[in-house]
Amino acid sequence: MERTYEAIEQVLRKYNYKKENLVKILLEVQKLHRYLSRDVIHYVAVALQLPPAKVYGVATFYAQFSLKPKGEYTILVCDGTACHMEGSTSLIKAIEEEIGIKPGEVTKDLKFSVDCVGCLGACALAPAMVINGEVYGNLTAQKVKEILRSLRGDNDAQKSN
Amino acid sequence: MLKSLTDAYRFIEKQREIRTRKLQSVSVYVCVGTGCSAKGALKVYNKFKELIERENLNVSVFKMDDVHDGILRKTGCCGRCSSGPLVSVQPYGYFYAHVGVDDVEKIVERTLKKGEIVEELLMIDFETNQRVKSLEDTQLYKRQNFYIMEDIGKSECDNIEDYMGRGGYLSLLKVLSSMKPEEVIETIKASGLRGRGGGGFPTGLKWEAARKSKSDIKFVVCNGDEGDPGAFMNRTLLERDPHLVLEGMIIAAYAVGAQKGYAYVRAEYPIAIQMFQRAIDDAKRMGLLGENILNTGFSFDLEIKEGAGAFVCGEETALLASIEGKRGMPRPRPPFPAESGLWGYPTLINNVETYANVPRIIRDGVEKYRKLGTVNSPGTKMFSVTGPVKMTGIVEVQFGTTLRQIIYDICGGLANNEKIKAVQIGGPSGACLPPQYLDMPLDYDTLRSIDAMVGSGGIVVISEKTCMVEVARFFLDFTKRESCGKCVPCREGTAQAYRILEKFVNAKANEEDLKNLEFLAKLIKTASLCGLGKTAPNPILSTVRWFRPEYEAHLRGVCPSGSCTAFKKYVIDEKLCKGCGLCVRSCPNGAISGERGKPYLIDPEKCVKCGLCVEKCKFKAIVVA
Repeated sequence: MERTYEAIEQVLRKYNYKKENLVKILLEVQKLHRYLSRDVIHYVAVALQLPPAKVYGVATFYAQFSLKPKGEYTILVCDGTACHMEGSTSLIKAIEEEIGIKPGEVTKDLKFSVDCVGCLGACALAPAMVINGEVYGNLTAQKVKEILRSLRGDNDAQKSN
Repeated sequence: MLKSLTDAYRFIEKQREIRTRKLQSVSVYVCVGTGCSAKGALKVYNKFKELIERENLNVSVFKMDDVHDGILRKTGCCGRCSSGPLVSVQPYGYFYAHVGVDDVEKIVERTLKKGEIVEELLMIDFETNQRVKSLEDTQLYKRQNFYIMEDIGKSECDNIEDYMGRGGYLSLLKVLSSMKPEEVIETIKASGLRGRGGGGFPTGLKWEAARKSKSDIKFVVCNGDEGDPGAFMNRTLLERDPHLVLEGMIIAAYAVGAQKGYAYVRAEYPIAIQMFQRAIDDAKRMGLLGENILNTGFSFDLEIKEGAGAFVCGEETALLASIEGKRGMPRPRPPFPAESGLWGYPTLINNVETYANVPRIIRDGVEKYRKLGTVNSPGTKMFSVTGPVKMTGIVEVQFGTTLRQIIYDICGGLANNEKIKAVQIGGPSGACLPPQYLDMPLDYDTLRSIDAMVGSGGIVVISEKTCMVEVARFFLDFTKRESCGKCVPCREGTAQAYRILEKFVNAKANEEDLKNLEFLAKLIKTASLCGLGKTAPNPILSTVRWFRPEYEAHLRGVCPSGSCTAFKKYVIDEKLCKGCGLCVRSCPNGAISGERGKPYLIDPEKCVKCGLCVEKCKFKAIVVA
């Protein structure tokens, strides 16, 4: 536990404990744990001399923040106008069929989590999704399943090593 | 580090020579924008790097005395994302599309070494169906007015020297050396430049107001929170020419007297953030940003603030709150940010594309600038065109161009010869226009006259297959989620309007609902606090106005486009059904029954319309009515 706070402390130091950098700080802190836990919110609040409610308010306002744990692979399915019309709904269905979770949920082994996002700006590749920062475009239900399978496979292979 | 204006002029002159020579020698430009990156452009880039090193090709060409002495370069988004990854080879101008890692060897062997064309990789012109040698030869290129996006495919996105070699930062030098702040503002006013973020407010007036506000501390902010689904102009611009935006911001800071600036960019655009950060670092290194710029006594520093995924932050007062580290909620105006913005200090806030216009206006002068576009909307506008058109991507045209020209002449019309039902312009705040407006010139005032808006410039083409009620539902789902919750009309209104639209889509609406929906939409428009709330009902108002028969058909139990699931009926064609029973096993709800060898039946009461049986049937016997 101490080690995690040390990492948070580093982020805070980097931004000079300034209140105005709250959004940036939370974004970076979230990268450490893939979500913002109650403890972390309190810690940041105290460090910045803000009421925890304020920090909580910011954390719940922006779509990028999550108060629930995220998977090792965070899947963001684009549901912008272009993707929606090109069938992003079928991608969401395919994901549910493959790994059994709906948007906003995470698999029990914390391997995958799925969320819908507004627009990734990759409209020319619609429908699109992003997994851990990598954009996948021109998807079909079948392609989504293959991608998920290979991610799961890769991981199992790593484990056995 | 450039120490003075003279220094800078000399340096740019030298970079121009270098660039001219660079373009005459063999070099490869790989597009690394979001679209191409998603399709594997970085792998292509690395493969090029590997092969060029292996073949020792770097040595054979003219060697630059600066950092970039290789022949391989990264270029920003070319706007033709659907054909990516894109690679252009100079000086031949060859423009290759859909380049895979396996194609790199071919390009290296044939084009780089021998100067031959790799025919099979060239882009296909949609009109002639012929392969064309270079981007400049395509119809989609010839019919556009590249002004902000000059030097497409042969400009580097991550190299300040290359930008200067294209005459970049000359506008800044001109401003610093020979213009008073007031003169800059007069020039912008005279140019007629209007805000590209949506509203179309005259930029010069905004600058003047910020200039006139008395304060020791002032800020300049760049709004790159492009949250409209279906729009990616700002992303393209920040990725392909970040210095252009940066130069515009520095000039703006000089004009209004600001010392500090923020660029607010969505966290969803990691490449844009990376490019812009690099541009800031390079400009600082050069001495074009920071303390006492070029020894003129003018100081300006800039920082990127990442957005964290809130559409409402595109509204200027909400964006300012977000920069201050708070919840991004709008506040009533006045006071306008030009009087009281960040932390209460006067703040100038403009869109990414607005800033990108500034260096061009200073460079070309008002008269030349006004030759583009219409009298009241001068200049060009970038639009992102998506939907079932042949060529999706970014286009840049002058104001006054019609939708038909953009959709048919530049983007090649609709794929599969589908018909246009509507064009959605301006994102969730915009309107759905019926085909009779295809020939209307696009500019701020004409669009406003029919209750539509340019918005940030997203154009989504909607074909006959799409249900307009569903489109309205989609946008309301978006605005409902993104409503910040501060004012009641927007928070509760959009949620209620969404519920009514859900009823329509699920075949549960009645006449009363249509009346309520219209009333509610008008109420939200009148009573909401910020621009987003005021425009949130536009998708409803425009679809009810132009596509009323579709709403009425939903009341009668028909979805004319056949896309709303609730109205679908699954029936087994007795003549085609062989009675194999595959569908029975696929049905999750046990709605299909029958005897083997005889036609089966679907029980409409039990059918959940999932469509699984249609996929399973080998004889195409299950039809959707």
